[in-house]
Amino acid sequence: MEEELFISGRNIPNIDPNLEVWHFPISLYLFLGGMAAGIIFFASLFTIMKKEKEVPTAVKSGMIVVIIAISIGLLALIYDLTHKLYVWQLYMTIRIESPMSWGAWVLLVITILSFLWVFSYFTEMFPKWDLKFDFLKKFQTYLIENRRTLAIILLPLSVILGIYTGILLSAFNARPLWNNSILGPLFLTSGLSTGAAAIILFSKNQYEKHLFGKIDLALIILELGLIIHMIMGMYAGSAVQLEALDILIGGEYTVMFFVFVVILGLIFPAIIEGIEIMGYKVPSIVPALLVLMGGLIFRMVMVEAGQLTRYLY
Amino acid sequence: MRYAMVIDTLKCVGCSDCVVACQTENNVPVGYCRDWVTESVSGGYPTLDLELKSERCNHCDNAPCVRCCPTGASHEGEGGIILVTENECIGCGACIESCPYDARFQHPEGYVDKCTFCHHRLEEGQNPACVSVCPTNCMYFGDLDDPTSEVSKLLETRKYKVLAPEAGTDPNVYYLIK
Repeated sequence: MEEELFISGRNIPNIDPNLEVWHFPISLYLFLGGMAAGIIFFASLFTIMKKEKEVPTAVKSGMIVVIIAISIGLLALIYDLTHKLYVWQLYMTIRIESPMSWGAWVLLVITILSFLWVFSYFTEMFPKWDLKFDFLKKFQTYLIENRRTLAIILLPLSVILGIYTGILLSAFNARPLWNNSILGPLFLTSGLSTGAAAIILFSKNQYEKHLFGKIDLALIILELGLIIHMIMGMYAGSAVQLEALDILIGGEYTVMFFVFVVILGLIFPAIIEGIEIMGYKVPSIVPALLVLMGGLIFRMVMVEAGQLTRYLY
Repeated sequence: MRYAMVIDTLKCVGCSDCVVACQTENNVPVGYCRDWVTESVSGGYPTLDLELKSERCNHCDNAPCVRCCPTGASHEGEGGIILVTENECIGCGACIESCPYDARFQHPEGYVDKCTFCHHRLEEGQNPACVSVCPTNCMYFGDLDDPTSEVSKLLETRKYKVLAPEAGTDPNVYYLIK
């Protein structure tokens, strides 16, 4: 028998008995950030390949979704800070060792570039809206001419943004559920998949819907593989990792994880998208919504369950 | 200089004086604490083994909280003491997530707070508050780089352990167990 308890009394808010420092806004941000990274990735990839005409949603309304998602995500992040007035301190330094530091910088650059991107398509999307000022029109023409340069910068940045949402969590060795190196690629894949799903959701173009259906299916299969990889890695891990895994398998978050993330969020939409690729007509909104829901619940499960795991001593 | 604390678990009676002294000295808000006492019982009746430990921030040599801090508010001060600069802290909670000892908390005013080894007392040549009030004298404080210091001698002669060494943090609070 081994039992340990506090005898001096200790019940610190958000720390005892279980860590609850990061709440829903963080999960929401990780989801929105990942989805935005996905859309930006596809928008810039197709622009670099000079195929932007084939994917109008990805490069136009998709990028509006991006700036809305990033804005909401940023507000959610700031909302969850406890010393909010000092948030500017993030941009007083760059600390390579801290994923949150370089992630914040990447997010800032991506936000600015995404707004520029949307501005370059503004007149094309809203032709009735007059820009009024000459310098705005000149600036827009300049952006349109340099859209590919913008895409070349945004492509690697979107990969960094997508992978950083996972690395942010995996950098904490004190929380064994997060502390595995596959979490970065896993969150990136999930972000790309939710990005593709968002494009399907907003697209009115059959070719584009079909194309992103195929891309999404491939990403879902990859994501399932990475989830199996994560679980296998933890099974072969140390005592703390085995204990952490108990929460996902046979513990508090098993139903949330397997029913809502793996089955409803990945396997089920993959089957529907597979049926669609085989030529049958299915409403593409269903798998798209399921993938988005699965992506959000996946972030919530990881953030909440991770904080329950700790070192045994 | 490398500050370290050595606590004799064979002498500790678990009175929690160290906790009250810290709360008074550092004006810790009600409901919070920078140090705490744990009691662990192992074995089976009638051969039970009781171990009492006064715990706090371990001021690790390889401090994950300093590594993950996005603003540099968490930093290593003189003698390896890990400190938080209040007006650089944004309250993101990354350091709290990164600490395997759960030694940090969000102060009601928003910034992150924790044990400082009473560095304001050290500057005046005094021991940390918890060490100075211990009624059984089970706590020792000193410089590990100085081989003649009391803490160095204790670690040379006695059997000791640190908390969660597998976390790779190289903690600087040592517990004498034999």
